[in-house]
Amino acid sequence: MSTDHDVVVTGIGATTPLGGTAPETWQGMLEGRNGIRPLTEEWVERFGLPVHVHAPLAVEPTEVLPRVEARRLDRSQQVALIAAREAWTDAGEPELDPERLGAVVGTGIGGALTLLGQDDVLETDGLRKVAVLTIPMLMPNGPAAAVGLWAKARGGVHAPVSACASGAEALAWAYRLIKSGEVDVVIAGGAEAVTHQLPVAGFAQMRAMTSNADPETACRPFDTHRDGFVLGEGAGMMVLERGEFARARGARIYGRLAGIGMSNDAFHITAPEPDGEGSARAIGKALRTAELTTMDIGHVNAHATSTPVGDVAESKTILRAIGDHPVVTATKSMTGHMLGASGAVEAIATLMAVHDNTVPGVRNLVELDPEIKVDVATETRSVPLTAAVNDSFGFGGHNVALVFTGA
Amino acid sequence: MSNEDTLTGLAEIVEEVAGVSAADVTADKSFTDDLDIDSLSMVEIAVQAEDRFGVKIPDDELANLKTVGDAVAYIESHRA
Repeated sequence: MSTDHDVVVTGIGATTPLGGTAPETWQGMLEGRNGIRPLTEEWVERFGLPVHVHAPLAVEPTEVLPRVEARRLDRSQQVALIAAREAWTDAGEPELDPERLGAVVGTGIGGALTLLGQDDVLETDGLRKVAVLTIPMLMPNGPAAAVGLWAKARGGVHAPVSACASGAEALAWAYRLIKSGEVDVVIAGGAEAVTHQLPVAGFAQMRAMTSNADPETACRPFDTHRDGFVLGEGAGMMVLERGEFARARGARIYGRLAGIGMSNDAFHITAPEPDGEGSARAIGKALRTAELTTMDIGHVNAHATSTPVGDVAESKTILRAIGDHPVVTATKSMTGHMLGASGAVEAIATLMAVHDNTVPGVRNLVELDPEIKVDVATETRSVPLTAAVNDSFGFGGHNVALVFTGA
Repeated sequence: MSNEDTLTGLAEIVEEVAGVSAADVTADKSFTDDLDIDSLSMVEIAVQAEDRFGVKIPDDELANLKTVGDAVAYIESHRA
């Protein structure tokens, strides 16, 4: 790989069910902490929803943001901005021409809390009470726009929308923007916050969510007794830079986003292709762009949402595309499924695993599903790593694979 | 309620909506030029003022309220 166009990570930021920052989130994963809590909203009982747990943010955004700023942003935008600011500070606030700075922030659903909440306001209180910022708060490019406006990212602001792959796809597009020479620095990641009766009802109607009411055991990727995902909320952001630019300014470099691969199953609107052919193609592309071989990959941070079908399909993907040697983890066992944010938060975990040569274990994995034939870490494991893969998949057949290497 | 009370109430609304300190919201200040309040925030302020003071502030009237003093005078002359 030419060194002048490598893509390096110089800053990370996150707000998740495990903590209000990226280091707290990573530490929580290493300790195997649980971000899942009882879902006690009155609408659970009112509608008889078969969902009793969720993974709420550890730190409320309104505790972090100035009051007036917070009230002008949807919750998905609030978390995006919090994580972006942390990542930017962590990167040492690079100085550059704003036209050389981009922002790419994905979300799966966008400002659903605003959309649904303001519809209630319209019905109950009439037109004059509808928030004047309803549209910018509900639009799915809202998190990207909030980050871009704050950072003055005049080189371009983009918002990939690919359901639960959105955060990872954002990082993939950031990689392409830097590789093409269009910009030098990109703030990229994903954000999601849709814990509300309608999205929960919709996912429940798909039979996608766990009905397990015990927060301690509800989310158990790869376990025989898994029965669906736990809805989480959060945001994850990275500052990605052209390697030469970062080195010239003496930036601290966590590692490289060495390669990316994207594909589509074109199989079913929600179900994964059962043999993992489409998602394996994404990993294959990522390895080729990284100029690495399967033997270089020592770890996979799996998408593994704890659904019966998805986890098995993904294990087949990993076997098919890489082999049985990588140590596999599923950090959703601790964070729940943050939808469009999950790919970005898990990218941070993948990067930090390589950086620290440590793979967090899957929480709650008691009885490995015999159909899962990959090496799943059940506790935090020290592993010498040169490269690792982060998988993300989204309804619509979207597959995204990211390859991270050390600095 | 006096002009003074109306000004105090309006200043609280402006602080709530736009984050401008209530102490800076004085009669001579221009909403846009001095307090940096954009047109959408003005709509929010008007909606809250309607509730608080029991007045109607149609959009074409709102456009004429350039200063805090204009708004106080409008509210005082239109309240029920």
